[in-house]
Amino acid sequence: MPVSESHSLASLTRPSRTSTLTKLSGLIEPHRIILLALFIVGLVAAIQLMDWSWLPRYLPKLWEGLQMTLIMLFSSVVVGFLFALPLGLAQVSGAWPLRWLATGFCTVIRGTPLLLQLWLFYFGLGALFGQFPEIRDSWAWDYLRQAWPYGFIALTVSFAAYQGEIMRGAFAGVPHGELEAAEAFGMSRLKVFTRVWFPRALHRALPTLTGEIILQLKSTPLVATITVMDLYAVITQVRQTTYLTYEPLLFLVAVYLCLSGILIVGLRWLENRVPH
Amino acid sequence: MTTVFDLSLLAFEPPGWGKVLLVGFLRSIELAAGGYLLGILIGIFGATGKLYGNKVVRDLLEIYTMVIRSVPELVLMLLFYYVGTDLLSRASTAMGFGSVNIDGLTAGILVIGLVQGGYATEVIRGAILAIPRGQIEAAHAFGMPPGKVLRRVTLPAMTPHALPGMANLWMIATKDTALLAVIGFSELTLVTRQAAGATQSYIMFFLAAGVLYLALTLVSNLALRRFERYARRGLVSAR
Amino acid sequence: MFKTLTATAGLIGLSLFAAPVLADTYKIGLSAEPYPPFYSPDAAGDWSGWEIDFIDELCGRLDAECELKPVAWEGIIPALKTGKIDMIIGSMSITPERAEQIAFSNKYYASPTGIVALKSSDVQPTAEGVEGAYLGIQSGTNQEQYARKHFADTANLKVYQTLNEELQDLVAGRLDGVVADTLAVQTFIHSETGQSCCEYRGAVASDAELMSEGIGVGLRQGDTELKERVNAAIDAMRADGTYEDITEPYFDFDIYGS
Repeated sequence: MPVSESHSLASLTRPSRTSTLTKLSGLIEPHRIILLALFIVGLVAAIQLMDWSWLPRYLPKLWEGLQMTLIMLFSSVVVGFLFALPLGLAQVSGAWPLRWLATGFCTVIRGTPLLLQLWLFYFGLGALFGQFPEIRDSWAWDYLRQAWPYGFIALTVSFAAYQGEIMRGAFAGVPHGELEAAEAFGMSRLKVFTRVWFPRALHRALPTLTGEIILQLKSTPLVATITVMDLYAVITQVRQTTYLTYEPLLFLVAVYLCLSGILIVGLRWLENRVPH
Repeated sequence: MTTVFDLSLLAFEPPGWGKVLLVGFLRSIELAAGGYLLGILIGIFGATGKLYGNKVVRDLLEIYTMVIRSVPELVLMLLFYYVGTDLLSRASTAMGFGSVNIDGLTAGILVIGLVQGGYATEVIRGAILAIPRGQIEAAHAFGMPPGKVLRRVTLPAMTPHALPGMANLWMIATKDTALLAVIGFSELTLVTRQAAGATQSYIMFFLAAGVLYLALTLVSNLALRRFERYARRGLVSAR
Repeated sequence: MFKTLTATAGLIGLSLFAAPVLADTYKIGLSAEPYPPFYSPDAAGDWSGWEIDFIDELCGRLDAECELKPVAWEGIIPALKTGKIDMIIGSMSITPERAEQIAFSNKYYASPTGIVALKSSDVQPTAEGVEGAYLGIQSGTNQEQYARKHFADTANLKVYQTLNEELQDLVAGRLDGVVADTLAVQTFIHSETGQSCCEYRGAVASDAELMSEGIGVGLRQGDTELKERVNAAIDAMRADGTYEDITEPYFDFDIYGS
């Protein structure tokens, strides 16, 4: 019996639990076709009526900006994850000074806005470096004078803190019985870690990784405020020169939607390849 | 540019910037609280719509949450602020009300609230699904009208399940207010940047702002933990 | 239930729009970031500067109450067009491109674009002179437009949101030079840090297409009556000496330009 659409008892006690929006078979339903048709009409109208003349001119720049966004995303995720592992471990099984440091680090980073951290690194610390002639004359200055290292560091630190908290939960959540059993088998502590604890914790943490990567993607536009030319910065430039309100922002929304979609599909495919 | 921290710049009275920072901090809290409450309202609407509404409503809400969860908050805020208020102005002029003027605080709350609403919808929907169905069926057996069921049974019962997610959302709300600085709203991060720019003591002011945000986070954490203990009373612990 | 809830929400929403807009209050938009000596916030949170005095005088002559509304510079023109502010008095240059979007009053001061550079760098205000240098520009300014048009091929441009941050990076040595409004950097050049690290290298070659006839009040294109009144007020200020009185505490020369 189909779920009725009125406020009958049946629909109130049996809420719809699934959404068929993301399945292809869901498209066949009549109201979906109407919605899709409306969307296509709206899209065509938008393309015809709005001013997209800036798009061909800025395409190379937009492509470069997109590359910068993706570089910032993936580099901070990879390096941040590597730092998250010791952070999570230290909070669960380290000596108390290590545990305090790790917990403190995660609390401070997660408790303050990323924008503030970014500006602190770039304008605060970065300016500090310039004051010392020894640094200015060294090889490091070429990197320290640019903006992207600071953006990379801030994003990495942020990802490490959030992921470190997740890893802490993952490490703590491995059933103690398994660890005891491994020890009972006579495995050394290192072997218990590498053969049982770490893989099990990783397995617990992996499903949330997709979500965390999407969240990191959503943090990347902030680097534009410290002069890094990512996708958002290029669109800001477009907005400045063309004075258009709608078109650049809608384009940006569309690009990020597509990026998120591609990332989710790709990561889900990767997840399925990891043996459960 | 000084590397020595000139703490006198943080003094309460001018030429110390302490008062300005605290006023900005208060503004941030107002924005976060207003946006958070609006988000809860939208979330309850959205969750009930997604669970009990008709197919079109469900699809539209799904699109709303999908956009909120995929697009960066900064871009969403720009979109809501410029495009949203422009549409509102045009709509109201078309209806004959003349150009609409929304003041800064309201606009900021609307912007944060709309973003929070997308996430809150998902959290509350999950929480309502976690309520044992028997409770709602019993309420219907008693003959309660749907509104009463929502008020007396659903909302109180879903609160302990929703709390971890909603606590997280509060943290997100407080930190998202910092993004409003890029749009030019006068809250703590913008005021800090103004002060830092005027005095060239960037590190000190940003650290001071960080301390304020951290204090807010820690106090919120404590309060939420106590509330969770209160809301969970009588429930068997999950772990 | 759903219907009553939506209806109540609708009512609450509509009531937000009920507040009437008084005829003679103007919201003046200026940059949320400090721009001394024209306008900058002080520790008490009040704005002060040449332009603030100018706004007070102008509003007195317009017989209206003016409310200062700081807006992020990047979004100040959309803010004007959508009605969030009524006038832009934030050192906005009159340029042909901007004139397509909004209307301008007559100019109320003029300031050439110039380059402030590190003493240790050999940056000059020409396309060859900035070869390979790191130049700072502020987002949304006509100095940005100029730099993108003339210097983008030879120099490395870094886009900042505020002038203060550009100058901070210049002092830190991360930039070789800053392309900015000459008058706005006067405070910096004469300050202690400015004198020890940097010097003014001169104005850039003018570009009729981009360069403006000066700084004007930004207005919506439909507000012709307001524009007339603002122009009249500016002329009156120039004529009866109030303009010099305002300028005197900040500059020791006439900033009106020819």
